[in-house]
Amino acid sequence: MDDLIVRNVSRMIIPFIQLYGLFVIFHGHISPGGGFPGGAILGASIVLYTLAFGAEKGHQKMPHSISKWLESGAIIFYMLIGMVGIFTGYVFLTNKAAGFYMGEVGVVFSGGFIPMITLAIGIKVGSTMITLFHTMIDEEEEH
Amino acid sequence: MQVLNVILIVFLITCAIAVEKTRDLLSAVIIFAAYSLIMAVLWLLLRSPDVAMTEAAIGAGVTTIMFIAVISRTRRMEK
Repeated sequence: MDDLIVRNVSRMIIPFIQLYGLFVIFHGHISPGGGFPGGAILGASIVLYTLAFGAEKGHQKMPHSISKWLESGAIIFYMLIGMVGIFTGYVFLTNKAAGFYMGEVGVVFSGGFIPMITLAIGIKVGSTMITLFHTMIDEEEEH
Repeated sequence: MQVLNVILIVFLITCAIAVEKTRDLLSAVIIFAAYSLIMAVLWLLLRSPDVAMTEAAIGAGVTTIMFIAVISRTRRMEK
């Protein structure tokens, strides 16, 4: 896949895809979307990069040593935020009673921990998708 | 709007039958991507933009790439 048009169009379009993914993630609690679609869009941008520039450059852009930390770290972050509810005397994933900042309805910084766990889910889904695709490409080259 | 809905559903069913009938697996994957894209528009018409967004990203994007990666490892034609 060594095509000049594909490479240049991908280079132009990938920042907008990633910006759209981050928008979907951060507006997950006030508009359609959320962690899973936004993370899938973020992962798809790196998959497009790997398809346009080859597996070597894709691995340089997102090596497995980083994506494994992102995967595990995001879900540990989710669980730690959930644990705050337990340590303040309520159940797992207690939002308002555990003392999270609620804010006003309709702005981005509101809703307690919902933006934070949506960000964690987005990072988890995106890095899982990248890891899955890179693993399949690697196995393809061995045979 | 009713006419658009009927056209989309007829095209959806045609795509679903064509995926099953096609012997060439790469063509079947591309038809399946078209199926997912029509399904995303239908989710939007059903007033579920959340599911439409997920369907367009997962169904038409990532699933197609995964299937093509699998086909490039195995053979292209169905036995």
